[in-house]
Amino acid sequence: MTTVIVIVIYLGLLLGLALFSKTLFRGTSNDYFVASHSIGPFMLLMSVFGTTMTAFALVGSTGKAFSTGIGTYGLMASSSGLIHAACFLLIGIKLWAIGKRYGYVTQIQYFRARFESSKFGYLLFPILVLLVIPYLLIGIIGASKTIYGITAAKTTKAGLVPGAFPNVFENGAIPPWITGLVISAVVLTYIFAGGSRAAAWANTFQTIVFMIMGILAFYLISDKLGGVGAAIEQAKDTHKVRTQSGHVGFSQLTFLTYMFIPLSVGMFPHLFQHWLTAKSAKSFKLTVVAHPICIAIVWVPCVLIGIWATGVPALQDAPSGAVLAKMVGILVKDPIIVGLVTAGVLAAIMSSLDSQFLCLGTMFTNDVVLHDSKKEYSDKQILYMARGFIVAIVVITYILSLLLYKKNVFDLAIWSFSGFAALTPLVIASLYWKRATRTGAYACVIAVFISWVTFFTMSGFGGEYFLAGGIVPAAAMWFIGATAMIVGSLLSPTPSERTLNKFFG
Amino acid sequence: MNKPVILIIFLVLVVLHQDFWNWDNASLVFGFMPVGLFYHACYSLVAALFWGLVIKFAWPTELEEWAEGNSKDEGGAE
Repeated sequence: MTTVIVIVIYLGLLLGLALFSKTLFRGTSNDYFVASHSIGPFMLLMSVFGTTMTAFALVGSTGKAFSTGIGTYGLMASSSGLIHAACFLLIGIKLWAIGKRYGYVTQIQYFRARFESSKFGYLLFPILVLLVIPYLLIGIIGASKTIYGITAAKTTKAGLVPGAFPNVFENGAIPPWITGLVISAVVLTYIFAGGSRAAAWANTFQTIVFMIMGILAFYLISDKLGGVGAAIEQAKDTHKVRTQSGHVGFSQLTFLTYMFIPLSVGMFPHLFQHWLTAKSAKSFKLTVVAHPICIAIVWVPCVLIGIWATGVPALQDAPSGAVLAKMVGILVKDPIIVGLVTAGVLAAIMSSLDSQFLCLGTMFTNDVVLHDSKKEYSDKQILYMARGFIVAIVVITYILSLLLYKKNVFDLAIWSFSGFAALTPLVIASLYWKRATRTGAYACVIAVFISWVTFFTMSGFGGEYFLAGGIVPAAAMWFIGATAMIVGSLLSPTPSERTLNKFFG
Repeated sequence: MNKPVILIIFLVLVVLHQDFWNWDNASLVFGFMPVGLFYHACYSLVAALFWGLVIKFAWPTELEEWAEGNSKDEGGAE
């Protein structure tokens, strides 16, 4: 019960911060969507890092390391350190410059102008929303699994420890429907209060919280296992290498082709919005350099905890998504500490959800409602439309989270990332290839969409799936998208002189 | 630091990421860190250093100037 109280206090603090940031809110739709370009370097780093590190980073990485070993770090963390920063520098800064010069707020506004097609936005918008939904899902599912694991009854050496609410809920645990509802409500409250500025403040606060709590969890768990040396000694040897043995380890081809997945940051709609909120291009410098280091600070402890868990008898049959919660719950028995660490996990999750919710509302109003609209809307009406769409998406995601609760958080995230990664030929060609045309853009998006749906279906709707020899679908989809972009562009007329001068002049 | 040099270093880092020589090495560094994990943790730091050098020596100043330009004659968001 004490653990739950600590978590509730944390959520209250978060809402207090949001109310404070509301005092800075200027009440305009521009301030709501892009915080009037007032986000500085440190907040940009915390926002971008906090947004990319969701349940995937804490819950997913620990669980994946528990099931497949140390290769988890190289698979996503170290490759992201190289690829993410490359995307920030080569795609992010250039898009920031174009957005700053021509006033674009969303990705779709840019693509419509670059590819001289208004209808292109209506093709891209639902695909981006479709790909964001699994990303939102992993947040809500990850939070629900964590809270369930922390509050459920546990069997320890001393016997059965009852759950937090033994006479109220089954197994004494807070059920997923309550956690999902509370998390969604808290995030909606603070982004509705202050828009992107509140999200940036909350992200900064939450990113600091989850980094500190991750380190705290690492220290306390290792201490309970007899120190870092003893902790690794009792872990399974199969998990200390990358050699394939059953479900543990990876093929070298899988490891190589996984490098395509971090490319996803180049097409994440919410990151595009973060790029637009930067004060200046110089604000990116800290993000580019510190991002790989921040990833290491979070992922190294999580992967080690996952490997240590392989040697803990009580966890042998634990589902991978519950490993972090169970390690904390079983080994670190102090309820206040357990509450703080859990708050850290929730912080990582909510710091992603807020940016994604906000971004979806921005895209809907700017790219669907206001685009080509003959009607004039007031700022208040625009904000209501954005909020209405966000609530609709949250409701859909919430229902899906209950239906797909048993899905693996890491695998589900990979499908979302793979779709965005496969779309990066679109943005790269638009920025660096003058010959890229509307036909190429349509061909690229349609080819990626068809291949994504095909592979996703073949995976059993969100499971782990590899092509021949262990190639990840993201790599195959990337080449399909790039080929479609090149062939479609070369078979169609060059973009107009006006467009070329505008973007390459 | 010109663009070809950056590209070559980037490709070298992509190759180094594969570290196939550590694939089945279970030895521990400092008595607690599997060598495959230690290598990739160091790799993250090297990546940060690399991007730091890129920013120092190849920052796109001209892009900043272009973005800050006053000319909006090509039309804004549509």
